Amino acid sequence: MTSAAPGAASAAPDEPTLRRILRATEVDTRMLGMIFALALIWVGFNVYTQIQSGEGLFLTPRNLWNLSVQTSSIAIMGTGMVLIIVMRHIDLSVGSIIGFVSTIIGVAQVRILPEYLGLDSPAIWILAVVLALVVGAAIGALHGSLVAYLGIPAFIVTLGAQLFWRGAAWWVTAGQTIAPLDPRFSLMGGGPHGSIGATWSWVLALLACVGIVFSLYSGRQRRARFRFPQRPMWAEYLIAAVGCFVVLGATLIVNAYPWPERVAARWAEANNVAVPAGGLFISTGWAIPVLIALVVGFAMTFLARRTRFGRYVYAIGGNPEAAELAGINTKRITVMVFALMGMLAAIAACIDSARLDSATNVLGQLDELYTIAAAVIGGTSLAGGVGTIYGALIGALVIQSLQSGMILLGFDSAFQQMVVGVVLVGAVGLDTFYRRRTAKG
Amino acid sequence: MDAQVRTPLIEMKDISIAFGGVKAVDHAYIDLYPGEVVGLLGHNGAGKSCLIKILSGAYKRDAGQIFVNGEEAHISNPRDAKSYGIETVYQALALADNVDAASNLYLGRELLTRWGTLDDASMEAEARKVMGRLNPNFRRFKEPVIALSGGQRQSVAIARAIHFNARILIMDEPTAALGPAETAQVGELVKQLKSDGIGIFLISHDIHDVFDLADRVTVMKNGQVVGSGRVSDMTKDEVLGMIILGKCPPGALPGPGAMQG
Repeated sequence: MTSAAPGAASAAPDEPTLRRILRATEVDTRMLGMIFALALIWVGFNVYTQIQSGEGLFLTPRNLWNLSVQTSSIAIMGTGMVLIIVMRHIDLSVGSIIGFVSTIIGVAQVRILPEYLGLDSPAIWILAVVLALVVGAAIGALHGSLVAYLGIPAFIVTLGAQLFWRGAAWWVTAGQTIAPLDPRFSLMGGGPHGSIGATWSWVLALLACVGIVFSLYSGRQRRARFRFPQRPMWAEYLIAAVGCFVVLGATLIVNAYPWPERVAARWAEANNVAVPAGGLFISTGWAIPVLIALVVGFAMTFLARRTRFGRYVYAIGGNPEAAELAGINTKRITVMVFALMGMLAAIAACIDSARLDSATNVLGQLDELYTIAAAVIGGTSLAGGVGTIYGALIGALVIQSLQSGMILLGFDSAFQQMVVGVVLVGAVGLDTFYRRRTAKG
Repeated sequence: MDAQVRTPLIEMKDISIAFGGVKAVDHAYIDLYPGEVVGLLGHNGAGKSCLIKILSGAYKRDAGQIFVNGEEAHISNPRDAKSYGIETVYQALALADNVDAASNLYLGRELLTRWGTLDDASMEAEARKVMGRLNPNFRRFKEPVIALSGGQRQSVAIARAIHFNARILIMDEPTAALGPAETAQVGELVKQLKSDGIGIFLISHDIHDVFDLADRVTVMKNGQVVGSGRVSDMTKDEVLGMIILGKCPPGALPGPGAMQG
């Protein structure tokens, strides 16, 4: 038992370099494919705008920053949708949950809570967020119970729920839009004030780099303790370098996006800062909704990979009967997954309504479709059992890049929908083809 | 025989279960002693898998009693059965195809770290140990089990059954998906487990799988027990007659399902 098994890392000498790198770093080739597609979309739009208007509009700090903010709510829901689809279910109700939750918390923070706490209480936004999470989780748990204990297909339950909660959202406010929301709550939507600025962005970026190096190091230690095969040292360095490069590069970009001139001028006036000749340059830095999405992404990855709950979700998706026979309480897990999805939809509701600084019953319309598309483009198989959290995050970025790129080009919304539809079917078609080919050997 | 004196490891009495109007198992009985291999034979649909699924907790019986070591056992789900030391290798193997060998080995009983997270490293280390004993050639710990061969999948399923101090092992068609070499391997494994004092039920519709390994056989037909007896007291043809015709030979004890006359 002391002799370590020959691992995946022992490469054949005559292997091509690229394949050797891929194997040694144990990188998911599907993910590389997605990143390549994303790069293609970004460069393509940039070149197109260059030709059209004489300057590349896509790969600018301003557009990329906006893209990151616009992606966050679909990305957050996508991470939950992965687990739902892995368990061979579907959730068509998330868009309507956004609408319902946003009207509920809108009413709570504008009409109800100020009566008891006063208009400017810092507790208002906290209570509003807690309320959102509780309502979202309860709605999800209700859907999950109907699916698990009454055996109604998730498609039907959530299709009905889509209509029900959208209607319920209208009833909460009788169709009125509630605005403005609590100012602290609105920071969750991003914008110049809802971002953390250059200094904190760099602090977070450096912490993230330390985290990357530390997790690689501790993973290596753990494998050494059990005498498992290791990745070659150069592969570890390569992963660390690429990881840190991405983190620092992205931070550089968001910091290169300044506050809009008028916002900066107003801030300078309020704080008695003299505005220099070239205008005031205040870095926006990472937007709060993006940070929320990243935290959710990490938490969900942890949940999926390192907890019993996650292991059970995947096992149930792979073989529900086997999971049941292994003594797993599959019904309870089903309820939990839907409750989690409801909670993530509630977080998305907070971000969306904060971004608009208003709560309205039409918020989140069609979001269920974009969320499912993000998960599926990210490699989640509708047959169940297969899907990754980071895939959904990248999938959300792909969808949002397409949309925001087409807006930049001035395509009308009818055409945008057509393109996103074609891309969704095309991506899954390509993936099916790829899987069939690799399955053959 | 001394079997009368010893307490059986498992005794199932008067077990019945019906699906709709069909009596899948009709007042059936079976017992098992430590270190013994009992073959449960019968055609497809004879009720043997059904009877054994009641023991493993996958089905709930309509009537009858189960005794473990002489004490009545209450088994209503797979977790209950496991708590009595009853482990099952199912016909369809019951592996989650999309996760790796170690995760399958520990499915439902994962090892956790101090912080309540999955301890994958310990599980993989244990899996390497167990698999090293069962199937020394097994190397593919990182791949989803769907990528493994039939024999490798079988060894994962068996490893899962024996790893948790099983006292009673149920093997439902353990060699159905295997080639000759792998079948021989499973045979060796059964003998090894038997010498450890584990009681084993071997369920099969193929008499050849069972005859060489079993000490006793019980034959079922149409949900009823045709008869049971020691393998040494019967010939293969006689057992075949029990399976096909329901004719109980003189060397076996006839049951309610035996052909009259």
